[in-house]
Amino acid sequence: MSKNKEAKVHEPLFHIAKRSGMVWWKAWLIRGCAILASLIVCAFIIVLLTKQNPIEVYISMFQGSFGTKRKVWILLQNIAILLCISLAVTPAFKMRFWNLGAEGQVLIGGLACVACMFYAGDKLPNALLILIMLAASILGGVIWGVIPAYFKAKWNTNESLFTLMMNYIAIQLVSFAITIWVPSGSGVMGVINSTSKSGWMPDLFGQKYLFNIVVVAALTVVMFVYLKYSKHGYELSVVGESEKTARYIGIDVKKVIIRTMVLSGAICGLAGFLLVSGTNHTISTNLAGGNGFTAIMVSWLAKFNPALMVITSFLIVFLQRGAGEIATNFRLNESVADILTGVIIFFIIGSEFFINYQIKPRAKHKEGK
Amino acid sequence: MGTPAIELKNISKTFGSIKANRNINLTVNNGEILSLLGENGSGKTTLMNMISGIYFPDDGQIFIGGKEVVIRSPKDAFEHKIGMIHQHFKLVDIFTAAENIVLGLDEQGRYNLKKVAERVREISAKYGFEIDPMKKIYEMSVSEKQTVEIIKVLYRGADILILDEPTAVLTPQETQKLFSVLRRMRDDGKAIVIITHKLHEVLSLSDRVSVLRKGEFIGTVVTEETNESELTEMMVGKKVSLNIERTEPKDPQDRLVVKGLVCKNREGVKVLDDVSFTARSGEILGIAGIAGSGQRELLEAIAGLQHLDSGEILYNDPKTEKTENLRDKTPLQIRELGVRLSFVPEDRLGMGLVGNMDIIDNMMLRSYRKGKSMFLERKQPKSLAEKIIADLEVVTPGATTPVRRLSGGNVQKVLVGREIAAAPTVLMAAYPVRGLDINSSYMIYNLLNEQKKRGVAVIFVGEDLDVLVELCDRIMVIGSGRITGIVDGKTSTKNEIGLLMTKTHGGDENEQK
Repeated sequence: MSKNKEAKVHEPLFHIAKRSGMVWWKAWLIRGCAILASLIVCAFIIVLLTKQNPIEVYISMFQGSFGTKRKVWILLQNIAILLCISLAVTPAFKMRFWNLGAEGQVLIGGLACVACMFYAGDKLPNALLILIMLAASILGGVIWGVIPAYFKAKWNTNESLFTLMMNYIAIQLVSFAITIWVPSGSGVMGVINSTSKSGWMPDLFGQKYLFNIVVVAALTVVMFVYLKYSKHGYELSVVGESEKTARYIGIDVKKVIIRTMVLSGAICGLAGFLLVSGTNHTISTNLAGGNGFTAIMVSWLAKFNPALMVITSFLIVFLQRGAGEIATNFRLNESVADILTGVIIFFIIGSEFFINYQIKPRAKHKEGK
Repeated sequence: MGTPAIELKNISKTFGSIKANRNINLTVNNGEILSLLGENGSGKTTLMNMISGIYFPDDGQIFIGGKEVVIRSPKDAFEHKIGMIHQHFKLVDIFTAAENIVLGLDEQGRYNLKKVAERVREISAKYGFEIDPMKKIYEMSVSEKQTVEIIKVLYRGADILILDEPTAVLTPQETQKLFSVLRRMRDDGKAIVIITHKLHEVLSLSDRVSVLRKGEFIGTVVTEETNESELTEMMVGKKVSLNIERTEPKDPQDRLVVKGLVCKNREGVKVLDDVSFTARSGEILGIAGIAGSGQRELLEAIAGLQHLDSGEILYNDPKTEKTENLRDKTPLQIRELGVRLSFVPEDRLGMGLVGNMDIIDNMMLRSYRKGKSMFLERKQPKSLAEKIIADLEVVTPGATTPVRRLSGGNVQKVLVGREIAAAPTVLMAAYPVRGLDINSSYMIYNLLNEQKKRGVAVIFVGEDLDVLVELCDRIMVIGSGRITGIVDGKTSTKNEIGLLMTKTHGGDENEQK
C-alpha cells in the first residue's frame, strides 16, 4: 500500500492556466512594467559591458529620434514605410495565411516602379508617369502575392515556405535588372533622373516625406475600417478562425484567400512605390531593408489591429533609431545597440504571456486521502 | 480457462461532475478474449485508459497476476506487460514499421534495425500477420497500420492486450483476418480485451462479455450462454420515462427525399452505402446509430459539405411546389435556391460557430451577406443576439462576449437559436444535447418540438435511446453507413433499436462459429 501513496503525489509545484480575459488597463499596466523592467535590465548590461552611465545612454537614445527636426522627419518616414508594410501583411495574417514574402513583394513593386522611371522618364508628363509607376508597382506586388495564394488555394501548398522563396527570386531579379541598367558593372544603381526629377514624387508643403506619411495615414484608417466593418474583412476573419465554419456558412475559401493576397500584395507594391518614387529614387536589393520581416512583428504585437500598429511601429522604429544613435555617440559596437533592442522587445513580447496566462501555485494537498 | 491475468476492484473515475466509472470490478484471464460492451459514453475507454496508464483512477485497486500494482504512466503499463491499441493510431508517418515499433524503447546494445526487422518477422510468422517491416507508415492501409500497432505492443512483450474498437476502421475481410490473429494469440495464452459495440463480433470472437452502462458495471456473461437480445438489454437497460411531449404530426408532406446516397472516404471505404429516406414536414425524424456510422457524413451531404459518389437529395419547396436536387451544390448555392436549411453540426465551436468571435458576430454568420453594401450591418444581428440571450436564458456577461468563454450548454443555445431564427423548412441537429445539463437539454427538446409544430421537417441525430423513443415520430437506424431500419417512434422499444444499431449487413455474418 505504501506504493499507492507515492502514486498520489504527482502534482507539480505550479501550473499555468489560461486567463479568461483581462481589463484593458491592467493589460497596459503589465506592458508598462515590462518596458520598465527591460530598461533596468538594459542598464545593467550597459554598465557591465561599456561602463557608461545608463541614463546618458537612454537620453542619447531618445535624441536619436527626436534630437533635431530632420531626425523627427526621418522617424516619421521610417514609421510610415514600416507601418505600410505591416498593414499589407495584416489581412493575410488575420486569415492565418503566413505571408513571409512582404520583403519580396515590396522589392518587386519597387523594381516595376524603377523600370518605368528608367525607360519612360523624361518622355511622359510627370503626373502621368507617376500614375503609371504607381500602377506598375501595385501590379508587381499583386503578382508576387497571388502566386503563392493560388498554389495554396488550389493545392494547399505551404504558404510560409512559398512566400519566403519568392523573396529570393525577387532579390535575384533586382540584381539582374541592375546589371543590365548599370553598364559600368559597379552593381550599384545611382539616383535616377536626378536632374529632371522625372518620376519623383513632388514635395508636399516643402516636405520631402510628407506625401508618404499622408498616404500611409489614410491607408491605416481604410485598413482599420476594412477589417472591422466590411464584409470582406468579416469573411477573412472567419476563414482565419475556422475554415470548417467558413465552408459550413458558404464562404468560398479559395476566393477569399486569393482576394486577400491580392490586397496584401498590392499594398506591398504600394510600399515599393513610396520607397522608390517618394524616398530613394533608386533601387538596391536592400530596398525594403528587412522591414518585410519587421512588419510581421509589428502586426503581431498589435494583435492585427491597424490602430495599435501605429504605436508598435513607432516603438520599433524608435528603438532602431535610438540604437543607431548610441552606437555612434558612444562609439559602441552596433551589436551592443542590437542587444539592447533585443532585450526590450523580448520583454514586451514576454509580457503578453502574463496577460494571457496566470500562474497558479500548487494548492495545499489534502493529506491522508 | 486460465488464471486471472488482471483484476480490477472497485475502480472509480470522475471528470468534473461526470462519473465516468463507478465501482467497476472486472477480471480478465490468461488465454481468453473478453469483450467490453457498452454504448457511447458508457465508460469503456476510460476504464481501459486507466489500465494502460493514461488516466489514474480516483479510487480502487488493480491486481496483475494476483499482486496489487500502481500504474502511473504508459511506461508502467508496459512494465506490467500491458499493451493498448488505440482507436486512433499513434504512429510516425514518415518512419518505417520497424522504426515505429522500436520508437521510445530503451534497448540494450546498439540500435540495429535489421535485428528489429528480424524479430518483427518472427512475431508476424508466429501469429500470422502480414507486414513488411521496412514499409513506411504513410504508404500503408489502415489495416496495416493497425497491424504495426499490435506488433508494437507484442514486441514490448505484452501479455495483456487491449484493443479499442479495432474493427471500426476495417473491411469485413480485414476483420476476419484480425480475428484469426487474435484467436491465435489467445491460444498462445495471452489475455485479450476488445472494446466494441458490434454484437455479432462479440458473439463470434469472445469467450466472455462484460457490459458497462452509463459508467456502471452491469455484469459479465459467458458468450456461449447468452444471445443478442440479452446483451442488448444489458447494454441499453430498462426504459426510463422522460416525459417529453410528443404531438401528432400535422399534415406531413415529403420535404426532403434522399435516394441512394453513396459516399466514400479517402481510403475508398463506403461511409454511406445506398442511404434512402424521406423527411416530412411537421415531423421529427430521429437518427440512431453507433457513433461514426455515417451520421455526420449524411447530414453534411445534405448541407452541401460532403462530396457524394452517387445518389440524389431532392427538396420539395413548400412555396413554389418545385423540386430541387441539392446534390453537389455548395451551401451558398443551396441558400440561393431559396432552400431554408438549418444545420446544427456536432462540432459546435469548430464548425457551427467561431469561438473567438462574440455572440453578435456569430449571429452574423448566417445573415451578413444581406444587402448590396460592402459594409456590415450589425444592428439586426445585435438585436437577434439580445433576443436569443433573453428567450433562451443564455448565461453570458453580454452580447459582446466571445462564445468560447460560454459554457457548453450556452454555446449550444446560441447556435440552435441562430439556426432557428433563420426560419428553416428543414432543421438538422446532430447530437444537440451532448454535454448539456438536464434543463438545457429539455429546452433544446422543446425548441425542436416547436419547430415541428410550425411544420418544419426536423432531423435529429441522437445517442440517448430513451430520448429518441420519446421525442421522435419516426426513428431511422444507421449501422456502418447503411440504413438498418426505420421504425415508428411511438411503438418501438429501445431493445429493438439497439438490435438494429448493432446489426451489420453483408459478408461478416458467416463469421459466426
